[in-house]
Amino acid sequence: MGFWSSVLLPLVLCLLLFIGFFNHSDKLSHSPGMVLWLQFAGAILGIMGSLILPMLIVFIAYSVNSIEHKADTWKTLFSLPISKLSVYAAKYFYAFFLVLLCLLLFVLFTLGFGNLLGVLKPELKFSEYNVASLLTQVYFKLFLSSLGILSIQFLLSLLFRDFLKPMGIGFVCTITGVILAGNGWTYAYLFPYSHPMLAIKAMEEGLKNTRGQGATPQITIDLFTQEIWVSLAVAVVIFIAGYFIVLKKSVK
Amino acid sequence: MVIDTEGLTFNFGKQTVVKSLSLKVPEGSIYGFLGPNGAGKTTTIKLLLNLLKTQEGSIHIFEQELQSNRINILSQIGSLIEQPAIYLHLSGKENLLNRALLLQVPEKRVNEMLDLVHLTSAAHKKAGQYSLGMKQRLGIALALLSDPKLLILDEPTNGLDPNGIIEVRELLIRLVNQHQKTVFISSHLLAEVERMATHVGIINFGELLFQGSINDLQALNQPQVQIETENTVDAANFLKRNNFTITEVDDHHIYIPFTSKQNMGEINTLLNQNGYAIYSINKQQKDLEKLFLAITHTA
Repeated sequence: MGFWSSVLLPLVLCLLLFIGFFNHSDKLSHSPGMVLWLQFAGAILGIMGSLILPMLIVFIAYSVNSIEHKADTWKTLFSLPISKLSVYAAKYFYAFFLVLLCLLLFVLFTLGFGNLLGVLKPELKFSEYNVASLLTQVYFKLFLSSLGILSIQFLLSLLFRDFLKPMGIGFVCTITGVILAGNGWTYAYLFPYSHPMLAIKAMEEGLKNTRGQGATPQITIDLFTQEIWVSLAVAVVIFIAGYFIVLKKSVK
Repeated sequence: MVIDTEGLTFNFGKQTVVKSLSLKVPEGSIYGFLGPNGAGKTTTIKLLLNLLKTQEGSIHIFEQELQSNRINILSQIGSLIEQPAIYLHLSGKENLLNRALLLQVPEKRVNEMLDLVHLTSAAHKKAGQYSLGMKQRLGIALALLSDPKLLILDEPTNGLDPNGIIEVRELLIRLVNQHQKTVFISSHLLAEVERMATHVGIINFGELLFQGSINDLQALNQPQVQIETENTVDAANFLKRNNFTITEVDDHHIYIPFTSKQNMGEINTLLNQNGYAIYSINKQQKDLEKLFLAITHTA
């Protein structure tokens, strides 16, 4: 379930965008290639940071754990001759892999559909600009910024049997994170749920600064900013703390 | 001893669920762990599997301390706790293959297990569509997959039909007799365990009320004389006047504690000579089920 959601989500979103651009190609045909790409990728990235990514993580973290909750297999898993660390880490890294896969597919589908648009509607000058490395960097940064949330949501889903608690907490925190980051609160970088939004904002600001500097401006992405370090630190700390909770926890 | 616990105690909050339990399960035995619902059987089993942390007392399995040798011990145990834990979206075979992968057991073993529990024909059906009995059998197959030395089964015959119960019973007896396994099986039905168990532990309200071989249990069980006669109440009163202790009287039978064959003869003669027609008189073991009830009720 988690696997297919992380494949289908980028496919569907990019496809919708593709259709949108395809139908409005006449309006867009005047834009230069770079602007086109930024509009195309930005349409997803804009909500990606604020809503899609945190919610996707909430869902992936839930689906990886709910399989065991539903089948009531935690007790079996923990009575097998396998160390608790292996069970916990294997589950975690599968969720980790799903998030990575999903973001990777976003990059691939964005590039793929963009180039397809360029071929189908030659008046759209997608071929003028190569966005691949920029896009990869942005998504990689997003990935790093989301790891803090992943650790937290993973632990919540592991501890709570039902969907509502991790989902509710995740939702409230995401909204809070968006508000904090959106209002530019100084300490927003300390709150994991703000990180994806902050990552996107940093990119947008970088973009503004580079506007108007000649015909082919260079956009550079500063990968390891403050919030990324916080995100990574939170991810590691919560992961380790989670392991000790699992170690101590009685399986009912 | 395969399982050896000392003063095992477990509390859920303020409620004591298991009270200083000292289980002794010898090698090669089928140990019937009996008690009514809510007596603490499942909690004990979860303690034995290290799913619940031991609060007081100690657990040794295969002469090794459980906490510090967890993986080594668990690798020799197959278990089935409460309802079997099965991935309902996978087929029966996929469930087994998945477990075989985790335990690094060859795939061949999966087919043997399916055969053993008669699920070969339903191997590719989704486990969600299995009947209760089939799920239970799949659970047993999962427990047996790694060819463990000790099997811990929590009410494994729940939901099985009489045929299924007999099959499981024969399977367990075969495992113990031919493959030198030890089986620890919990149940709330004595009758179910009675026919295969070599040892019995009876638990209620978290306390072990009886532990010993099935013969010890039977020895506890005093034989009695059952007399079938025409007017049981009159006959019972008559016997009472002649200094016999009567344990029970119903519409058809009188029960008197058995002391000796001679004594039985005397009763027979006495009743006959005084005009009480005897239809039958015989020595009888009290039903183990009644004994079980008696043990669990006196606590």
